[in-house]
Amino acid sequence: MANQTRTLELTLGETLERAQAVLAQAQTAPQTAPDQPFTLNFGPQHPSAHGVLRLVLELDGEVVTKADPHIGLLHRGTEKLIEHKTYIQALPYFDRLDYVSMMCQEHVWCLATEKLLGIGLPLRAQYIRVLFSEVTRIANHLLWIGCHALDVGAMAVFLYAFKEREFTMDFYEEVSGARMHANYFRPGGVNRDLPQGLTRKIGKWNENFSKQVMPLLEGLLDENRIWKQRTVGIGVVTPEEAQAWGFSGAMLRGSGFAWDLRKSQPYECYDQLEFNVPVGKNGDSYDRYLCRMAEMYESCKLITQCLERLEGDLMGQPVKIENYKISPPSRGEMKDSMEALIHHFKYFTEGFHVPAGEVYAAIEAPKGEMGVYLVSEGGPKPWRAKIRAPGYAHLQGLDFMARGHLLADVTAIIGTQDIVFGEIDR
Amino acid sequence: MTAQLHIDTHLKTSELERCAELCRIALPRAEVAITPQREVQLTVAVTELYAALAWLKDAEGLKFSQLMDVCGVDYLAFNPAQPQRFAVAYHLLSPTQNLRVRVKCFVAEGESVPSVVALWPAANWFERETYDMYGIVFAGHPDLRRILTDYDFIGHPLRKDFPLNGHVEVYYDAAQGRVAYKPVDLPQELRNFDSVSSWKGLTGNTHLAETDNVFVREEFK
Repeated sequence: MANQTRTLELTLGETLERAQAVLAQAQTAPQTAPDQPFTLNFGPQHPSAHGVLRLVLELDGEVVTKADPHIGLLHRGTEKLIEHKTYIQALPYFDRLDYVSMMCQEHVWCLATEKLLGIGLPLRAQYIRVLFSEVTRIANHLLWIGCHALDVGAMAVFLYAFKEREFTMDFYEEVSGARMHANYFRPGGVNRDLPQGLTRKIGKWNENFSKQVMPLLEGLLDENRIWKQRTVGIGVVTPEEAQAWGFSGAMLRGSGFAWDLRKSQPYECYDQLEFNVPVGKNGDSYDRYLCRMAEMYESCKLITQCLERLEGDLMGQPVKIENYKISPPSRGEMKDSMEALIHHFKYFTEGFHVPAGEVYAAIEAPKGEMGVYLVSEGGPKPWRAKIRAPGYAHLQGLDFMARGHLLADVTAIIGTQDIVFGEIDR
Repeated sequence: MTAQLHIDTHLKTSELERCAELCRIALPRAEVAITPQREVQLTVAVTELYAALAWLKDAEGLKFSQLMDVCGVDYLAFNPAQPQRFAVAYHLLSPTQNLRVRVKCFVAEGESVPSVVALWPAANWFERETYDMYGIVFAGHPDLRRILTDYDFIGHPLRKDFPLNGHVEVYYDAAQGRVAYKPVDLPQELRNFDSVSSWKGLTGNTHLAETDNVFVREEFK
């Protein structure tokens, strides 16, 4: 305030004098002085930083010469906490890693545990898992397309995508009681069978989604001039670069590298289902957009196939392994068998014991390869659980992807990488 | 309805053996094993780690072109005792051969591990994380800063001797007008229940891969 008053008090002559002094200074400054890179702090509260990303950008004019992401603002020590929990207590932490594709994260923990236990699954459990993995994939991609489009200025996509995403949340709620952090997949199967009528609801939504909503979303973006200007040729990744930087998922496929763990290293019943792996060509943001959109259609196809089996020959079959050392006995059995009661109690307090050993299990999560490296010395708690998050490797590549692009393209690249901080910071 | 195997159904034992055999020939001093969970695991000495990884990356018929993960493990008080306190595990993937391999290297506290950033740029952040979490130093790393913990963090949180609730907590200091640190003060001690009992019901008989994994319901009656 004091400053302002002082400025107002300046006479016109004084102002002119000052302006001339500044001008003279600018003219006498050495023209050959080396350009200092301009350092810009982006985030951690920037709305298009997708959470808590702090980027230290070095700029030459408006061109990015270096991007140094500072991460860890959402670090909660998940891996440390898991070491102090039993295998079933550790499961809810996985919902909270990539908090937009919850069940896929639970899935990888279940697979790692099951691999160490050496158990198989009833077929119905496998189909339910695949069904919800694909519902989750659509939920994830809807959030991605909504936010990505919003970041580069398209508002409508966000609204349409989130409306659909709401339905997938409803399915989560019906099956597990929770809209997001489901805790539904369990080592040995899934927590409970699908409630009556859910398959019909998912079927109806699925049909509407693939026939009405997807064309609508594509119609808004596919040939949209602004969208193409913001994504075509932005963040180009060659297949060699993608491999060297440990990319996976659509970041790898967008560069024309056909690699999908559901096809190449199938888990659950993916080898019994028919689906295609969409692959890009140019490795830019637009190709990755096309890949992910096509993936949603493939997910719809997978959901249809799963529903067919779940409503048909797999109706009424068990949804978890019937080994009460590894899955809890039913309520009914608990009521009339002492042995079952003891097993139930021990299952939820001590937890089941897992043999000593070490495994690495990976799934094709919506964002790429999500892996868990599990070391066990036997007993009910893991010794070490390392979570390999796809976004961690992708964000690391932001530096080379953003170099030479404009500042505004950084948000487009963050969008195309599908960054979620829950899984990166863990 | 019997349970069906649902993991790694694509893996052929012959492929695993081929991979293990190639490794044995090229890396005679490495300990090559196929684990009971059907994973190829190489245990190499620190001095040979870089050469082994460089070979795996370009080996004819293997071509582990992707480094998926690097992480540390603290074996302090592990049963059975391991050769050294720490291990660094590298998970490699060969998309062309559809194979995975794990390379493990045991290191003592204070010992440094050669950085593989020159082989796979992806190693950069993974090595930074391992350093941050375990204090394992990667020699030749271009930028070995902490990554996940706070800027002035002290200690390496995933070490087994680092307490679960840490040493410091943050609070808003109104006098200084900023967030500050103070020693952890818990109103109640951390309760880490050790519920492992002498009851053998759940300890034995867990490896139940085959068809006899159904707990016989008649037993209850």
